[in-house]
Formats: sequence, structure tokens, C-alpha cells
Amino acid sequence: MSGNSIEVKSLTKKFGGFTAVDGVSFEVGRGAIFGFLGANGAGKSTTIRMLCGLLDPTAGTATVGGFDVGREPERVKRVIGYMSQKFSLYEDLTVVENIRFFGGAYGLAKKSVDARLPWVLGMAGLKGRERSLTRTLSVGWKQRLALGCAVLHEPEIVFLDEPTGGVDPASRRRFWELINELSERKVTVFVTTHYLDEAEYCNDIRLIHAGRIVAGGSPRELKDKVIRNPILEVATDRAVDALEVLQKEPWVLETSIFGTSLHVSVADETEGRRLVRERLAREGIVPQRVDRIVPSLEDVFIHKIEEQAAGGEGSAEAAP
Amino acid sequence: MKAILSIIRKEFLQLRRDPRLLPVIFISPILQLLLLGYAADLDVKRIPSVICDMDRSAASRDYLDGFLNSGFFAVEARVERMDEIDRYLDDGDAAMAFVIPRGFGDKTAGGRQASVMIIADGSESQSATIGVNYATMIAAKYSQKILLESFERVKGLGLKPVLVNPEVRVWYNPELRSRNFMVPGVLGLILMIMTTSLAAQGIVRERETGTMEQLIVTPIRPYQLILGKLLPFVLIGFIDAIFVVAVAKWGFVIPVRGSVPLLFALCLAFMLNTLGIGLFISTISRTQQQAMLTSLFFILPMTLLSGFVFPIENMPRFFQFVTHVIPIRYFFVIIRGIMLKGAGWPELWDQVAALLVLGTVILGLSVARFHKKLE
Repeated sequence: MSGNSIEVKSLTKKFGGFTAVDGVSFEVGRGAIFGFLGANGAGKSTTIRMLCGLLDPTAGTATVGGFDVGREPERVKRVIGYMSQKFSLYEDLTVVENIRFFGGAYGLAKKSVDARLPWVLGMAGLKGRERSLTRTLSVGWKQRLALGCAVLHEPEIVFLDEPTGGVDPASRRRFWELINELSERKVTVFVTTHYLDEAEYCNDIRLIHAGRIVAGGSPRELKDKVIRNPILEVATDRAVDALEVLQKEPWVLETSIFGTSLHVSVADETEGRRLVRERLAREGIVPQRVDRIVPSLEDVFIHKIEEQAAGGEGSAEAAP
Repeated sequence: MKAILSIIRKEFLQLRRDPRLLPVIFISPILQLLLLGYAADLDVKRIPSVICDMDRSAASRDYLDGFLNSGFFAVEARVERMDEIDRYLDDGDAAMAFVIPRGFGDKTAGGRQASVMIIADGSESQSATIGVNYATMIAAKYSQKILLESFERVKGLGLKPVLVNPEVRVWYNPELRSRNFMVPGVLGLILMIMTTSLAAQGIVRERETGTMEQLIVTPIRPYQLILGKLLPFVLIGFIDAIFVVAVAKWGFVIPVRGSVPLLFALCLAFMLNTLGIGLFISTISRTQQQAMLTSLFFILPMTLLSGFVFPIENMPRFFQFVTHVIPIRYFFVIIRGIMLKGAGWPELWDQVAALLVLGTVILGLSVARFHKKLE
């Protein structure tokens, strides 16, 4: 018996001629917060749906909680909780009615639901609103209630599919606190998101792009291993002009724009600084700052995706 | 079991909160009962007619009185010339015209053959047929009268007319009230419409709002999900059935001669079919709107081929054959049999068997199609 909650080997899903998930493999340790990152349409939801038994894989295998998702989907369902992108609750039922319904759906006795009820209401911050129709709740509340309903039966593994979409930052923070609490209680949390800042909360991350995993590791490892070249942050009012100029230079490996600053990847820090200032000066652009920065996950992601687009495998010189 | 009960409980909570649904469940039976009990009267009476009496003799008046006193025709207008009739028929102000040509009185008095012309508006073929039948009957009676009178006059010759008088008895519905025929049919229609479309929509709604996805990841088994979703509609069906039978019996004074418990029990056999069709529709629809239109697409042809409006014996052979897979066809025989004829198990078992076989097949196929998966 391994310490892994989830083991995925060459999992593939095709819809007609379109390959949504293409030979994905990974493992998730017990009690980990596992982040599955990618743009919309990258294959995140399709993967999560296969792991929850909502979709049949075209090829490959996956075990969840020790059960094979293809052969024993009903046993998988007993050990998991799932929260879909839309926080699917019954809008025309009250808060308590929703909790009681899902309790019944998971086969819990009335007593156990009664026992769990205060916990769910407390974590969702819904004490005093028990009789409100779910329709009238704000998105942040609905989201926490949905999480509460998904973990009513105290599953070992929870799948959260873009749980924080369309939610305000304060609610997002609160939601991640709840995820941490679950993890402390040895619940494995599998979460997909396209907010790269959220990925920093995860112990383990996979980046998925066009159905394939392009990078993986802890946030620290990703930043250290994937980005070997220094990244310079160039702060300027004319960020777009500067981007156009620098992109064409052969010594610039990668560029991307972050609001009013540019991230420029170069081979050498000191040499890079000098070249950037020199080249921009010729265009009459004087940057306020050119500093080396610790790469963010966004840099990692952009680096990996550009690498893919250029068809390179692990090559650092792939940027156009 | 707990899972099924949870779903049923949830369904009723949702029904109670849906402001549109409660009226639909109770108002639509009332509306259909009123429409089919009062408006959809197939008994043709007082057909508006145009009279063109060009003979203006005692005989022609006598002849026309035969029509007008029958109660089947009402005089819309009297005209002088033939061509004036067109206007009434074209505008739809009259559906029939009676033309007595000049010389009608002289001919009948002289013992020669006389003709009258009866024009019917065939665009409404049903009332035209009935009108023409009435008119032919009345005309034949008149001819018989003339014949008898002429026999009277030549009594001395010792001739005796031999007449065969048919004594017609109509069983089960002696007054031939079409209401007696229609109102029990409403029970079948209501059950079909309510259970098929509500069940289809109820399931598709879960898919549309995304709650189906949430249900699929619970350990609920597909049969539990299906039972939980369909049983509430069985109850609604029964409420409507009780309602319709009560209104039929006490409101429309339709006789209920057979066993009411048997009737309700067989409603269940029928709902096996309609709920199966509803479930099937839910498996091929993505949105509630689609489900509603698809339900209509199923319900309309089934109603037309059910024998509710057009007798099945009159249909072309191919369609007669098709009606065998239409569940409501059997149910109509059952309801009318129980209510009007007082029929019971010995008379109806074959219809019940057909319903059960058909229902099992339909429900079975739909359940097989209803995967507990997303695609």
C-alpha cells in the first residue's frame, strides 16, 4: 500500500477527433494540496471528471483512494467529495435543505447529518441563514456551502474544479483557509485553477497545457528548476513599446508584460542589464528600474508554454 | 432506500417552491375538461342553412318543413335565386343550402320524379357528412310519405306496402352524447401530458443547472436516481386522475359503471409508459426548452393516432399498424370500458397486457439509455 491517494498512468480522453487529455501521469500523496493548473480548455476539468467517475477514460488507468476509476467507479464515489465549477446546489432549496439532501444522497443517517450540520454552517459562515433560499446567497457563500456539502460524508479525497471562479478576493482567501484546514486533517485536496497566485498555496503542482503535463513539482522547485536563466523586471511607462523593441533582440530569451513592467529573460544578469538599458535608450526609453527578480509561477508557466509552442523539449533558447 | 427518499423529499420541496408548477398541475386538467366536455361537442345540431325555394308551392313548403322542424338545420337566409347562395357558403355564414327547383309541387302531385338540390360545405367534412346524412334521411322519409299516400289513394287495388322499421338501441351511451366519450379520454390525455413532459423536464433541469453532475458523483445508484425522480410524478398523476374522475362523475354526470380502484391501478400501468417516454426524452434533450418541444413532438402524434379523435378502424392500414405501439390507445379502451361499460378484468386483460409489455420495453430502453455518466 503506497502513501498515494491518487495514481494516474497515461490517462487519455478523446472526444471524437479531439484529444482533451493526452497521456497524463502523476501521483498525489495523502493529505497533499495538489494544484492542477492550466488555461481554460487545457484539459483540467476533463481530467477531474475522469477521476470522479463522471467520464470514462479513452485509455490509461487511474486509481483514486486505491480503487480503479474505470472498474470500480461506485467505490471511488464513496471515498471522494466533488465540487464542480458551477457550485451545483439546488437554488430553490434552503441552506439546510441542501445539506440534508446531500447527506441523504451520500447515505448518511439523519443523526450523522445533524451532527455535521453545525460544522458546515460554521465553516460556510451561514449560521443564522439556515432558512435562506440558496438562490439569495452571494457567490462566496454558495461556494463555501458547496464545499460543505461535498465533504459532509468526510471523504478522504476532495476534488475541487475551479472553486474560486468569479469570487471576490476576500472570499477566495477564506476558501483557501478552508482547504488548508482540510489538508491538516489529512484530507487530500485536488484543486484546479487558472489563478496562478493560488498555486502558491499548493504543496504539489502540475501545469497542463493542451492536454499534456508540461511541468510539475512544488512551487519552489518549479521556480528553481524550470527557470534557469535570470529574469529582469523592467519598469517603464512605455511597456508596450519596450516589449516590441526587446522582443526582436537575439540576446533576449523571453519577454512578457505584467502591467507597467516587463519580465525579460536573459543569459547573464549583469550583461543583460547593460544591454536592456542600452537598447531602450536608443528608442528614447529610460526605464525607472531594471532588477533581477525571483520568478513567479506565471513566469514558469509562460516559459513552459512558449517552449511547447516552439516545439522544444527543455530547451531554454526556444523563445521567438 | 434512504437515497430514494431523499430525492423524493427534495422533489416535493422543489415542486412546492415552483410558482408555475402547481397551477399547471391543477389548472390544465380543469381547462381540458372544460374544453373537451363543452366545446369539443361532435354532436351536430342547428346547421346554418340557406333556403332557395323557387317553387313556392304548398308541397315545397311542406317538404322544407320536414328539414327545418328536425332541429338539425337552422335557416340562415332565404334567397330567390341560385347564384345568391354562393355568397353565404363562401363567407361561411351557412354550411348547407337547400334548393327546390320550379315545378317540384306539380311533379310530386303528378306522380313524376322530382329533384331537390342539397349543397354542403365540404371544407368542414365532419359536419358536412353528418348534415348530408340527416338530409338524406329526412328526404327518404318524405318520399316514403308520398309513397304511402299514393297507396292510400289506390286502396281499392288491394296493394299493401311492406315496410321494415329498424328499432335502434344504442348501448352504453344511449343518447350518443359525445361528452360521455370525450371526458373519460381527458384522463388519458392529462396523464400522458403531465407525466411525460414534467418527468422529462424535471430530469433535464438537473442536467441544465449542473446538479446532475453533483448527483452522479454521489454513491446514488442509477435506479435510485430514476425512481426518486419519477415517483413524485406518479403521485401527481394519481392526484390528477382522482380529480378528473371526480369532475367527470359529479360535474359532467358521466356514468362510472366499473371499478374505480381498478381504473386507478391501471393508471399506474399507463404511467409506466408515459414516464418511460419522459425519461427517454430527458436522455435526448440538453435544455428544458428542448425537452418541452420534444415532449410535444411525441404527444401530438400519439394523441392523433390514439383513437381519441379519429377512429382507428378508419385509418389507413399502415397507421392502424403504427397505433399498436401507442400506449394511450390501449388506455383509452380501458378508461372508456371501465367508465361507460362497467368492464372489468375479463374484458380488459388483453389491453392491460399490451400496456404492461409496452411500458416495460419503453422504460427498460430509457433506463438503459440513462447512463450515470456525463456525455
